[in-house]
Amino acid sequence: MSGGVSADGVTILGAGVMGLATATELAARGHTVRVVDPALGPGTQGCSWWAGGMLAPWCEFENAEEPVLRHGRTAIDWWDRHAGGVTHAGTLVVTLGRDRQELDRFARRTEGFEPIGSDRLAELEPDLSGRFHRALFFPDEAHLDPRTAVAALQAGLATRGVTLAAVLPPDPGRIIDCRGLAARDILTDLRGVRGEMLVLRCPGVALSRPIRLLHPRVPIYLVPRGEGIYMLGATMIESDRRGVVTARSVLELLSAAYALHPGFGEAEIVELGADARPAFPDNLPRIGQAGWRLYANGLYRHGYLLAPAVAMQLADHIDTGAKPEFWHETDHQR
Amino acid sequence: MPVFYGTEVASPLMLGTAQYPSPAILAAAFRASGAGIATVSLRREAGGGQDFLRLIEGLGVPILPNTAGCHSAREAITTAQMARELLGTDWIKLEVIGHTDLLSPDVFQLVEAARELTAQGFRVFPYCTEDLSVCDRLLAAGCEVLMPWGAPIGSGLGLANPHGLRALRAAFPDVPLVVDAGIGLPSHAAQAMEMGYDAVLLNTAVAKAGDPVAMARAMAGAIESGRAACAADPIEPRDMATPSTPVIGKAFLA
Repeated sequence: MSGGVSADGVTILGAGVMGLATATELAARGHTVRVVDPALGPGTQGCSWWAGGMLAPWCEFENAEEPVLRHGRTAIDWWDRHAGGVTHAGTLVVTLGRDRQELDRFARRTEGFEPIGSDRLAELEPDLSGRFHRALFFPDEAHLDPRTAVAALQAGLATRGVTLAAVLPPDPGRIIDCRGLAARDILTDLRGVRGEMLVLRCPGVALSRPIRLLHPRVPIYLVPRGEGIYMLGATMIESDRRGVVTARSVLELLSAAYALHPGFGEAEIVELGADARPAFPDNLPRIGQAGWRLYANGLYRHGYLLAPAVAMQLADHIDTGAKPEFWHETDHQR
Repeated sequence: MPVFYGTEVASPLMLGTAQYPSPAILAAAFRASGAGIATVSLRREAGGGQDFLRLIEGLGVPILPNTAGCHSAREAITTAQMARELLGTDWIKLEVIGHTDLLSPDVFQLVEAARELTAQGFRVFPYCTEDLSVCDRLLAAGCEVLMPWGAPIGSGLGLANPHGLRALRAAFPDVPLVVDAGIGLPSHAAQAMEMGYDAVLLNTAVAKAGDPVAMARAMAGAIESGRAACAADPIEPRDMATPSTPVIGKAFLA
């Protein structure tokens, strides 16, 4: 049992990556913490389940704002400390022959990479040898299995005596709302951005780090999860529709994977998944006060990358009253 | 300013809403561009939720929904009907894709869909080629505006066939003409306006620029310059020099 700083402690709504990261950070600092989630833990009902698990702040900077790069860099160390299971192998970015300009554009708009040629590529990923002649290697990036990672957080919380309940207790203390898209009942400018993914089993292709295949229409990434399992993602569609995956998205994602390596033609499709990521209009996270509760939301496609930074800002705010960088002034309560 | 189906719009720049880094940047790009119309794709973006459409409506610019991604007249007609229902407008940018690699218009299905949609009361903005007979057919089908491509969608190649576009302008002096697709740089947009086109429709050139807001501003400036230049009756190009100071008294014939 940990000693609570405040009498009532903190109750966190939502056991997705944002809620569990916040609970972990607060519990590690000695707060008494409870987590409330109707599903009693992470699972298929939340978008954290369907994430890629790339800790790739340098790559994401291609299309994201500066805070994503700055705060994303702290995530790798945070996950190492609190969950483990982080693979430090970098990221490879490649393009097919006729989209060569895409690689140049990506290079112009990112940093932290080494441009590499065939020989180095063959060393890093022998299975891609001869298939690509140029690539960008981002050596400091990492990846994790999101489901293993949130399970590790949950286990860590249990050992610290953090309770998980389905309903709000009568004396919740301070409440932090980390419900993701479900918080649209209080956060009116939160929107859903649909993402679709596949899990493949393809022992015939051995890749040891995330591979991003740039394409003007269908950019994809493949994240190895070990033992021949790959996560293939992900679409970005301005829609809050969840659930089923469309034929078109499957066709596009699989065609791109097949173009990356024809060996994926032999893959077994283990899973098809779709969900909607919570995002604010600037696609950056927000911490704020909505009526009587604090909230943290809008991590968009950067749940695992930014949850540690947002959790630390929340914990600093609770400990010292410091205004978080992601603080948002407007009161969203209807 | 251009007039489409009796409605005057505030700017000859028509801006697409896809592929921006975030809705906030999209909104800032619209403000910087002063765009007169926002185009929005119904098929991909509105696959269930309406959050994105609400965002587009929040731009405060007339919306022109499109049928991007449709490969047959039938699909395009269904998408147009859905757009009218969702957005309450009878304007539709009609896109029927013929070839996947070039995203070039299927002009046969296009004419068929234009005829049917016009009969159903739609005001059709057809994304077409610069082919004169195709454009003739579209007008006969009831279209009162034509939107020939500059180059394939998203290619940024500019005006691939300036002679054809000029011939189209000359052939249909009274029809509002919009160069749609292929614009990569402000100079491309200016060129279209200098030719006497009524408007320019673009998306990728702004949305995928490193700084979309700055590029939106640059496009707006170029379009205004091109429009002003056209209105100023530019000189005709010629092969011989025409000195701007008199040459009488000089032995130029010697």
